[in-house]
Amino acid sequence: MAEGVKPRVKVPKTASAGEVIVIKTLISHKMESGQRKDGDGNVIPRSIINRFTCDFNGENVVDVTLEPAISTNPYLEFEATVPASGEFKFTWYDDDGSVYEEIKKIAVE
Amino acid sequence: MQLTRRNAILMGAGAILMTGLPLRASAAGEDAIAAFTGGAEVGEGDIKLTAPEIAENGNTVPIEVSSDSAAEILVLALGNPTPAVATFKFGPLAASRSASTRIRLAGTQDVVAIAKLEDGSFVKASTTVKVTIGGCGG
Repeated sequence: MAEGVKPRVKVPKTASAGEVIVIKTLISHKMESGQRKDGDGNVIPRSIINRFTCDFNGENVVDVTLEPAISTNPYLEFEATVPASGEFKFTWYDDDGSVYEEIKKIAVE
Repeated sequence: MQLTRRNAILMGAGAILMTGLPLRASAAGEDAIAAFTGGAEVGEGDIKLTAPEIAENGNTVPIEVSSDSAAEILVLALGNPTPAVATFKFGPLAASRSASTRIRLAGTQDVVAIAKLEDGSFVKASTTVKVTIGGCGG
């Protein structure tokens, strides 16, 4: 089980219609690769976040498949177009079945 | 040394011995590429992979991929125990076909990005990253 998972997302609060914004996301997660061994030489089982998606009002922005080679506390940065006011929904899927969600509203002036 | 037939054979055998290990390591990478492209030819072109030339710590190496017309971008680290790193799929609201993240590298190796363009063709970019401290445990 992954503990202390906390998503952090940086999205501007306002934008003009059609503007391109940069979104930065980070989620604290140990991302155990399944390659490491503990002090007794036993392999520590894999525990990673295997998928991340970002949608705006139900339309997809990015859908990323993450593998064990992604660093601890996975960081992702990408660009999105903002057609109108609405909300960005960020979803992280954990190996253990947990799903972490974060919602950020953005207003178009 | 004169290049006789015997010497040439010896040199050839030596070369095979030396490359034997890396060949096995990259076979998984080639499989991953084949699975992504479906065996299609991978050309050069509209894709950019940005990674540091030297990474002191293989646990967190910042990389960036970008391409103007990609639908999907696959990133592979050919020298890792499992070569797959990430696959980025861009939806209708992605303003640019680019993304940054941080990855783990087990040691000095080639990082490869392959983009599937909207016309169905594939392009590839690769760069070598020197790693001082490996990042895959073990």
